[in-house]
Amino acid sequence: MNYFESIGSYAIMIREVFKKPTKWKIMKTLILKEIDELMFGSLGIIIFISFFIGGVVAIQTALNLTNPLLPGYLIGFATRQSIILEFAPTFCSIIMAGKVGSYITSSIGTMRVTEQIDALEVMGVNALNYLVFPKIIALLLYPFVIAIAMYVGIFGGWLAGVSGGHSTSADFIEGIQLDFIPFHVTYAFIKTLVFAFILATIPSYHGFYMKGGALEVGKASTTSFVWTSVAIIFLNLILTQLFLG
Amino acid sequence: MIHVNNIHKSFGDAKVLKGVTATFETGKTNLVIGQSGSGKTVFLKCLLGLFTPEEGHISYDGKIYDDLSIGEKRNLRQDMGMVFQGSALFDSMTVEGNVKFPLEMFTKQSPSEMQDRADFVLKRVNLIDAHHKFPSEISGGMQKRVAIARAIVMNPKYLFCDEPNSGLDPKTAIIIDNLIKEITEEYDITTVINTHDMNSVMEIGEKILFLKNGLKEWEGTNKEIFKTDNEAVTDFVYSSELFKKVRQMYIEERN
Repeated sequence: MNYFESIGSYAIMIREVFKKPTKWKIMKTLILKEIDELMFGSLGIIIFISFFIGGVVAIQTALNLTNPLLPGYLIGFATRQSIILEFAPTFCSIIMAGKVGSYITSSIGTMRVTEQIDALEVMGVNALNYLVFPKIIALLLYPFVIAIAMYVGIFGGWLAGVSGGHSTSADFIEGIQLDFIPFHVTYAFIKTLVFAFILATIPSYHGFYMKGGALEVGKASTTSFVWTSVAIIFLNLILTQLFLG
Repeated sequence: MIHVNNIHKSFGDAKVLKGVTATFETGKTNLVIGQSGSGKTVFLKCLLGLFTPEEGHISYDGKIYDDLSIGEKRNLRQDMGMVFQGSALFDSMTVEGNVKFPLEMFTKQSPSEMQDRADFVLKRVNLIDAHHKFPSEISGGMQKRVAIARAIVMNPKYLFCDEPNSGLDPKTAIIIDNLIKEITEEYDITTVINTHDMNSVMEIGEKILFLKNGLKEWEGTNKEIFKTDNEAVTDFVYSSELFKKVRQMYIEERN
């Protein structure tokens, strides 16, 4: 029953986020601040993880292709498909649920504990619009981050494959160009946008409606990470079936 | 003037307010006192419109809150200033940013007008060199002053304070009390303060409402509270040894 109540109050929260908007002059500043904190602040970890995971995918693929009759370009092909279809949009979103999600829950949760949200409400400010809406708009730039993750991941695969002697540069590049379906990139970006909305709203929900003190802020961050990850994985299945099934 | 008429408020099976009626006059510091769990905070949140009473109503200068439209309620909110127990300053903003925040949100003032108003209220609460400091860089007493400055920057008609002295040393607490009293008189505000600090009761308690178990047990002034024979009030007021001695001396003097 509690799960259904939570889903209901999450839906009500989403409706409230878009009601009674904050003055555009103030909102503009908040959006730019969130872009800086949530997007630019995450670029480092996304680039680092993408580069090394791309490399590992290339090496693992090469080590499993032991049959000499299999063409060398398969390493590049498998790396591209893994990175574009799953690693960049889904795996990076799980990482972001930990990094950005925990940040959102703990910052909003701390505002709740220290009565800053009450202060906003007493002044007549729509606290949900003020706090959550800029995060949703900032995360609209998430596909750009994922595009960088795709590029860096494939580059990492190429570097590991070629420098490790698993593939030639020409074979790898032939593989990443082979049977390229542009819709796969579109599908990945659609998934990314859905995940971006999840990344902005589920952690905000757990922060905004938390009760208690500092300990509960920590618990709310953990719960928020778990539920954001569950939602991402579940929606990944639904979207994959819808678009590619 | 705020008139509270027979308000009831429950949370699940727990009845927190069981029919409280009171009147808070303009230009006076009205204190709500009582033990922890007596319903003071819920009562204040009802006055602020954060909680809706299940029965009874609250009127602000004759306007019943429940009868107001959403727009009128929003306007009324802008006539209210609130000083929270923990100050509730926005961590990400400087002192000046905190004070300017309501002006930026709700007025069409030019940047220079906002600056002038922020400078004026910060000067009024005796904060001169802290404009560009963050809340974490100033003392608890200074944070309370910033909270008061933020609460009065919009020229409110009603000022609400939840335990404004908690966590402050006695000397700073008296300074904050006197500041609230001065501002109340100067700007003719209806001020309601939640407290269980007996120094505040003696210093600024022009009208005192004593709550016990969600009911109004007693009301009077800071002069009357020491003469009352109401057992619940005397138990509360004279719970410390110091005040017991003060009462003993008072009775001996009277006899």
